[in-house]
Amino acid sequence: MSIWVDENTKVVVQGLTGSQGRYYGLLNQSQGTKVVAGTNPRKAGENVEGIPIYATVRDAVEKAGANASFVIVPAQFAADAIVEAAEGGVGLIVCVTEHIPMHDEARVHNLLKRDFPNVRLIGPNCSGILSPGKCNIGFTPAQVSKPGSVGIVSRSGTLAYQSVFELTEIGIGQTTCVGIGGDPVPGTSFIDCLDAFFNDPETEGVILIGEIGGSAEEEAAEFMASHPKKKPVVAYIAGVTAPPGKKMGHAGAIVSGNKGTAQGKMKALEAAGAIVAPNPTELGTLMKKALGRG
Amino acid sequence: MDLLEYQGKQYFARYGLPVSPGDVADTVERAVEVARQIGAFPVVLKAQVQIGGRGKQGGIQIANNLDEVRQHAEFILNLIIKDRSGLIGYPVKRLWIEKASDIKREYYVSFTLDRSAKQYLGILSAKGGVDIEQVAAVEPEAIARLHINPLDGLTREVCTDWVKRAQLDEEANEGAVEVLLRLYDVFTKGDCDLAEINPLILTPDGHVHALDAKVTLDDAAEYRHPEWEAFKGVIELDGREKLAAEKGLQYIGLDGTVGIIANGAGLAMSTLDTVKQVGGSAANFLDIGGGASAETVTAALEVINTDPNVKAILINIFGGVTWGDKVASGIVEALGNVNLAAPLVIRIDGTRAAEGRAILEKHLNERVMMARTMVEAARKAVELAAKG
Repeated sequence: MSIWVDENTKVVVQGLTGSQGRYYGLLNQSQGTKVVAGTNPRKAGENVEGIPIYATVRDAVEKAGANASFVIVPAQFAADAIVEAAEGGVGLIVCVTEHIPMHDEARVHNLLKRDFPNVRLIGPNCSGILSPGKCNIGFTPAQVSKPGSVGIVSRSGTLAYQSVFELTEIGIGQTTCVGIGGDPVPGTSFIDCLDAFFNDPETEGVILIGEIGGSAEEEAAEFMASHPKKKPVVAYIAGVTAPPGKKMGHAGAIVSGNKGTAQGKMKALEAAGAIVAPNPTELGTLMKKALGRG
Repeated sequence: MDLLEYQGKQYFARYGLPVSPGDVADTVERAVEVARQIGAFPVVLKAQVQIGGRGKQGGIQIANNLDEVRQHAEFILNLIIKDRSGLIGYPVKRLWIEKASDIKREYYVSFTLDRSAKQYLGILSAKGGVDIEQVAAVEPEAIARLHINPLDGLTREVCTDWVKRAQLDEEANEGAVEVLLRLYDVFTKGDCDLAEINPLILTPDGHVHALDAKVTLDDAAEYRHPEWEAFKGVIELDGREKLAAEKGLQYIGLDGTVGIIANGAGLAMSTLDTVKQVGGSAANFLDIGGGASAETVTAALEVINTDPNVKAILINIFGGVTWGDKVASGIVEALGNVNLAAPLVIRIDGTRAAEGRAILEKHLNERVMMARTMVEAARKAVELAAKG
């Protein structure tokens, strides 16, 4: 099994008529994803390589059976696009757009929580979600993945890809790889992912990739320590050498004072029973050992 | 973007928040002129740097006459304010001069995002003027927190309760509510990551106003704030950071000897860590993003070339959506455009990495090398850097 996306996921791409949306929408389709629609109020009735364009997400849900949305629109339109997707009736929204203003993100997060508690948002500013062989929404390079038994959750995109690659190289496949994104207010957290992976019968172990800033990794550690269905977790935290107070690209990756340091996060994860990898290269081999296959 | 105090005060004024009248000066002569214009003593001279802790380092002085203004301005304009670590110094280039306020009491207030609660967090304390983290640690009961759901906003009713809870002086309550409501507007409508006043003061005649302003603007919201343009010219970037910004690169200067180029912020951070692990030190953080085209790699190498501390360069690429062979071709083209100031180690992994490595193979020499894994590449670069 996989979490949140599978062969029954039908994707509407908000932004399919834009250059980025077209590129990744078609790429995801070529990897086996069921891309059933795109939206653009000014281009309803047209199509992109045979994929029908509707005016709204609601139309895409009603007429093409979409149940998930891939939001890939410029930052100034992203918050509204996410709300439109939720109102339109999809259950999963994956938003890869970066540089969404913090106040927009905070408002959308609280709006979904209040009015659409059953809708899951992944991102924004994330690499997307991939279940090898079933569905890929976003940027994750499907060609380095293979179906299997390890779940991956990562704030960083490139480090998620690297861990998929390291696993595949030594013959371990993946159930699902979730990029939760580097922004301060992610729709889906490490905890959401750990809970889903621990409850997924096919997932045998989880790779968790965090970075400096915030306290999401510490909260994840606390959560996993007390989970009744806890599975082996191999973790990696980037940003050990990041100087305090400097933003390292991701809006979330900023250390203030002594809070959110890489060392503190590693300690918390280790105390909760995770194996902490010293660098991303060793994620694969450490997971192999943790699963008793090494 | 972190605003300087005087810019923060200008920003406050846009939203009707009361601040002391004053002006900025970048020379001793100008400081004297500003003091003369204010026309009443004492005046306060405050160093304008993008870092806290200036008060403890002599960056705030009170002058009772023009001679003292001259003397203090001279002193402050020659200060270098150190950051928390003590490693990075910020030379003072500007002063803010304002009429000194009579202070009856100092409070603290700020709005920021609480990432755990995913709501806004207001912090108000009757014990301001000092290090608020210290107050929070020693006297947590002296701090009144308020979580605000962005959908609800901060209502006058809630704000009034909050102010009461903070136990400010009775006579400050009314004025504080006004200031807090306006500061909330600065924070939300003004697209701030942080809006902080420390100290917020009560004067003997019962007025409440902002004696300091700490504002961090959310860069992502710049598109809807044309007025931010005016702040940008003044903010000090180091020369290389400026060059990188012009070239659209995510660059942060550090003080090590290994120049780093990686695709993706996470991978770049991780590369810094790996260099440290194998005994070296990074000269910078540089994320060239997903594409890694010849132009981007060229620009990245040009920026790193201007850093005299760099003794070796490490390019760390994971071919995801952009394939390894395409990145390799980009690197080869970039090498034709730039004269390397230091030897280069390249690691390419991921999609079509083998093809990428084959392309690079033909261009290797004693200045351009390749390594298989991130750890190997870091080791090699650190070795080269040590040889200098």
